[in-house]
Amino acid sequence: MSEPNSQLWEVFIRSRNGLAHKHAGSLHAADSTLALQAARDVYTRRGEGLSIWVVPSNAITASDPAEAGMMFEPAQSKIYRHPTFYDVPDEVGHM
Amino acid sequence: MYTQALNAPQSDERHLEDADKSARFEARVANEQRIEPNDWMPAAYRKTLTRQISQHAHSEIVGMLPEGNWITRAPTLRRKAALLAKVQDECGHGLYLYAAAETLGSSREELVDQLLGGKAKYSSIFNYPTLTWADIGAIGWLVDGAAIMNQIPLCRCSYGPYARAMIRVCKEESFHQRQGYEIMVTLSRGTDEQKAMAQDALNRWWWPCLMMFGPPDQQSQHGNQSTRWKIKRFSNDELRQKFVDATVPQARYLGLTMPDPELRFNDATQHWDFGAIDWQEFADVLAGFGPCNRDRMAARRKAHDDGAWVREAAQAYADKERARRAADNAVAA
Repeated sequence: MSEPNSQLWEVFIRSRNGLAHKHAGSLHAADSTLALQAARDVYTRRGEGLSIWVVPSNAITASDPAEAGMMFEPAQSKIYRHPTFYDVPDEVGHM
Repeated sequence: MYTQALNAPQSDERHLEDADKSARFEARVANEQRIEPNDWMPAAYRKTLTRQISQHAHSEIVGMLPEGNWITRAPTLRRKAALLAKVQDECGHGLYLYAAAETLGSSREELVDQLLGGKAKYSSIFNYPTLTWADIGAIGWLVDGAAIMNQIPLCRCSYGPYARAMIRVCKEESFHQRQGYEIMVTLSRGTDEQKAMAQDALNRWWWPCLMMFGPPDQQSQHGNQSTRWKIKRFSNDELRQKFVDATVPQARYLGLTMPDPELRFNDATQHWDFGAIDWQEFADVLAGFGPCNRDRMAARRKAHDDGAWVREAAQAYADKERARRAADNAVAA
């Protein structure tokens, strides 16, 4: 009864509003042509997108959640990277 | 919902309960943070979720059968197109859910084998037959209504991939309930025969729908731990009561009578009190003795077996193409 495990793909869809491709989910397919067709059927039944990317899941390199602290901490401490860090006199108005 | 291919083999390490990791996990859950596939999680959490999500997926897939029964006999093209779209959605929902279950480390093939081998359960409701067209109305209105009641709190489940799948499912599901209710409205405004057909469907589906929320809270096996882990947000009895309260006025609008002589509004609690549920029937259906259990499993096994050559052919073609590309590259190099 058991069959070999089929290739897993990650599906990315770009919606009609011009934003970047966004991860929609995953699916199984033997090759990229079938993966695209399956992605169309599974993830765009209500006009969700104008473009689909399918990527073999095992081609993705992911960051390690156990190292999230080390990975992202440097961005946390640099509040001077945000506009609200700087004082602009009220008289100047919106900037 | 990226899946098991991303999960580096963690050998047996993930089964070792580590007090420190466990405390951090519990704290994250308590803080309403989402747990993601590659995060550490207790083995029991992984097991509970794999069971729940895969059974949810199986239910979507088996759930296509009772409604599929009426696609070719829908009374109008409008009804037929809607029913076809609904059944396609159920298939899609099954696929989102399988993908979410796979992130916990089981393969799709294993999960499907568990269903076909009779080891995994699916919702008891799909073991009842769809005898008339009115059943399609009753299923959309009541079965999908009950499912939405169950699924909306799951959008806030602590496990990220499950919560995300549920958000998508709930968005799509609301058309299912409305199309079912529309069928019921049409029938109940129709001829006496049509109205009788709607009443008969309600009579047959009402009690099995109340059973969909699972055993009463005192008897629920999985309740407490799942609540603590924020997989479950409301108890079975709470959700059942919400469903009854929401549905009784809808039945009144249709001019249909709930098949429960004990149903009455309780002024003190502001809820509808209802009669005793036949839990023996629920146990029998789950144990495999419902009206359609054997039919449903036979249909799933046949579909799987009949599709084997397609899966084999697709794989053989993919393998051949890969080999051809490898050979081309070797010549080029």
